[in-house]
Amino acid sequence: MDALDRHIINGLQGGFPISERPYAEAAADLGIEEAELLDRLRRLTEDRLLSRFGPMYHAERIGGALTLAAMAVPEGRFEQVAELVNAKPEVAHNYARDHRLNMWFVLATEKPERIAEVIADIEAETGLAVHDMPKRQEFFVGLRFQA
Amino acid sequence: MIPDATDRRLLAALTDGLPLVSRPYAEIGAPIGLDESQVIERLTALSEAGVIRRLGLIVRHHELGYRANAMAVWDAPDERADELGRRLAAYPFVTLCYRRRRRPPSWPYNLFCMVHGKERGVVRAQIARLIEENQLGELPHEVLFSGKRYKQCGARFVGRHEAEAGRRAG
Repeated sequence: MDALDRHIINGLQGGFPISERPYAEAAADLGIEEAELLDRLRRLTEDRLLSRFGPMYHAERIGGALTLAAMAVPEGRFEQVAELVNAKPEVAHNYARDHRLNMWFVLATEKPERIAEVIADIEAETGLAVHDMPKRQEFFVGLRFQA
Repeated sequence: MIPDATDRRLLAALTDGLPLVSRPYAEIGAPIGLDESQVIERLTALSEAGVIRRLGLIVRHHELGYRANAMAVWDAPDERADELGRRLAAYPFVTLCYRRRRRPPSWPYNLFCMVHGKERGVVRAQIARLIEENQLGELPHEVLFSGKRYKQCGARFVGRHEAEAGRRAG
């Protein structure tokens, strides 16, 4: 990753144009050519520094739902439980954390009622309780990462 | 604004990312029967309505070196929680901030802040600053650093139904 890659990553995490030639516009703002920007974005994606060039949707406004959930998984079963949890297409993220509640995952569903169904399935398949912690209020920060 | 069926097909087509081609909105629209100007018009409206919160590149933060990622949580009195949340969210190193439902007795905390960093020492100092500057010292509190990442993919809020509808139509 060189200085231009960093400049691209820092400059394009939001506010991408919705226009006929958006990459050309974004490239002009960065002081480069469209073709170079596209090449760099392809390479950064291949190198797995970028997840994708895409949208973040508002769960509720699109008609879906999002929640954070946690489980206390016995040490020896962690990998097996992670496999069962990750097999659910609704599980978007799953991280181990250093706490008695040691597995934390995000559920994203197309319908609000699906959250409870997925949680019930995970509880049935693992025999472990899932603690669901839906958001009550979001405080805007606009998640950004400096490269 | 509530997205209509055509909007939903468009949002489903966009979920996995905008194609890296010169005229991506034309390419996104073609398989669902929308021309470039229709795609631009609909996506502009969906962005203005906040259905699309953000359009841009989404990084894999581990790969960028962000490996000291802490979830700092507090049990804040209900009447203070929203004000505290707004104050914590204003710090540049706070990457996400929510008030969530408590799950007592396992989990008494309702205020959640993510701090993504490259070194644990720096992240700990940043969290100490949140506590110091906002008089949080009295509140029950924990910091959970993340360990191994078991999964990271895009949230899918739209698409399964639309994909089936597309197959039937095709």
